[in-house]
Amino acid sequence: MYSASDLRKNLRIMLDDDPYIVVDFQFVKPGKGQSLYRCKLRNMLTGSQVDRTFREVDTFQPAETEEKNMQFLYKEGDAFHFMDNESYEQIALTAEQVGDAKNFLIENMECKVLLFRDRPIDITLPNFVDVVVTEAPPWIKGDTVSGNYKPVIVETGYKVSVPPFIEQGEKIRIDTRTGEYLTRVKE
Amino acid sequence: MSADRKLEAGRRALETRADILHATRAFFLSRGYLEVETPNRIPAPLPESHIDAIPSGPWWLHPSPEICMKRMLAAGFERIFQIAKCWRDRERGPLHLPEFTLLEWYRAGVDYRQLMDECEDLFLYVAGALGRGPAISYRGRPIDLAKPWERLPVADAFARYGSVPLEKALAQDRFEEVLALEIEPRLGSPKPTLLFDYPLAFGSLARRKAGEPAAAERFEIYIGGLELANGFSELTDAEEQRRRFEKENELRLRRGRRPYPMPEAFLRDLSRMPEAAGIAVGIDRVVMLFADASSIDEVVAFVPEGL
Repeated sequence: MYSASDLRKNLRIMLDDDPYIVVDFQFVKPGKGQSLYRCKLRNMLTGSQVDRTFREVDTFQPAETEEKNMQFLYKEGDAFHFMDNESYEQIALTAEQVGDAKNFLIENMECKVLLFRDRPIDITLPNFVDVVVTEAPPWIKGDTVSGNYKPVIVETGYKVSVPPFIEQGEKIRIDTRTGEYLTRVKE
Repeated sequence: MSADRKLEAGRRALETRADILHATRAFFLSRGYLEVETPNRIPAPLPESHIDAIPSGPWWLHPSPEICMKRMLAAGFERIFQIAKCWRDRERGPLHLPEFTLLEWYRAGVDYRQLMDECEDLFLYVAGALGRGPAISYRGRPIDLAKPWERLPVADAFARYGSVPLEKALAQDRFEEVLALEIEPRLGSPKPTLLFDYPLAFGSLARRKAGEPAAAERFEIYIGGLELANGFSELTDAEEQRRRFEKENELRLRRGRRPYPMPEAFLRDLSRMPEAAGIAVGIDRVVMLFADASSIDEVVAFVPEGL
C-alpha cells in the first residue's frame, strides 16, 4: 500500500477501481498545515486525464498491473500474436490494443506487455528498431541539399522521412519513442 | 543541468540572496535588536501535528529556532533576531526544501498588530537596499510594497475567494485545501496581504484573541500569491500551552507519527515569558520574490537532489 507521501511521477495506483499513472505531481503545504499532493493522473485504460488533490492520510493500492516480457510472433489480419517468454503462452492483441506500436513491430521482436487483470493495456518496445525500406522514390543525383528529406515506407507499412540517399531494400534505424529516422544500417 | 552550470545560471539570485541577508541584519541592528544564534540540534522539537523534524542521533535538527528564542525572551532578551538553517522532513516542492533558511524575530511588549507594521517596514527596507522601489513585480503580477498593506481576516478571505465559507471548510476538514488551492493564489497583489485571525486549532502557539475565543492572534504574509511568513502574539499561559501540545501529539499519533516528548524546560520558562510577538520569515521565498523566481530551486546554490 502507498501513502500520499509516496506519490511521484510515473507511480501507478488504483483509483476508483481503475489503474492510473501519475503524470504530474506537486507538493503543496500551507504554513504549518497538513501537506497536500496535487496530482494529474492518466487512466491507463481510457487514457483520460484527471486532476486530484490528495492529503497525507490518503492511501492507495498499487495498480494491479503486471509487465511481462513477450516476443512478437506474427500479424494475422487485425490480430497481433505474442508469446509470453516465461510461460510460452500465446496471446492475441487487436490493432487498437497495440496502438502506435504496430508501426514498429517486426517478427521476433522482444517487448514488454503491460497487463491489467490479465488484459493487455500497453506495449513498451525497444527504443530502436531496424526495418527494411520497402518503397522509396528514387534518389535524384546531385540532390545533396541537407534537410531535404523524402518519405519512404518500411516493412511494417509505416511512413517515415529519410535523407534522399536511402534506397528501397536498405535497412534503417528508427527511434520508436519519436517515430523518427536515425541512421542507415549497414549489414 | 550540471552543478557548475546551475551555479553560474543562478549567480544573480545568489547575489540577491546575499544582499537580502545583509539588508535584513542592518534593519534589525538599526532597531536595537540583538542577533542571536541558538543550537540547531535540540533534544526535542515543539509538538506540532504537521511538522516533522529530522532525527539527528537521539536528538533532532530544529524545524525552527522558536523554542530556544522564546527561552531567551523569558530570560530577559527583549528584542532578538536570528537567521537560521532549519530542517523539516518530507517537505519538497517548488516552494519547499527539507533544509531551508528562516528569519525569526521576537519582541517583548508588543502584539501581532505591531509586528505586522514592522513587517511592512522590513520589506520596504530590503527593497530599498536592493535598489528597488516600492513598486516591484512577481511572476508578471504588480506588487506595491508601500504602506499600508491589505489586512484581511481569514474568515473574510474564505468568504471572498473560497468555494465554501470558513466554518464549512473547518467542518469538512478542508481548511488547508481551500486556503492553499483557492485563496492563496489570489492574495498579495498589488498590495501584500496580511492574512490574520486564524481558527484556534491552526495557531497552537498563538494567543487566543480577546473577545473572540475561536480565533488565534496569528497572521501570515502573502505577496504575489507567495506565502512568506507566519507570526503571532505569543501564548504565555504554560498550562494552556501544555494542553495544546498534548492535543498536537494526539493528532500526530492519529497520523501514524511518533509524538514528541513534552518540552518541559520550555514550558517552565514560558510561565515567566513576557507578553511578546514573534514571526518566522522564509528567507528563500523572500529571495524568490525579489529574484522573480518561480521555484525555490532557483535561489539556492544546491538542492538535495544535486548533491
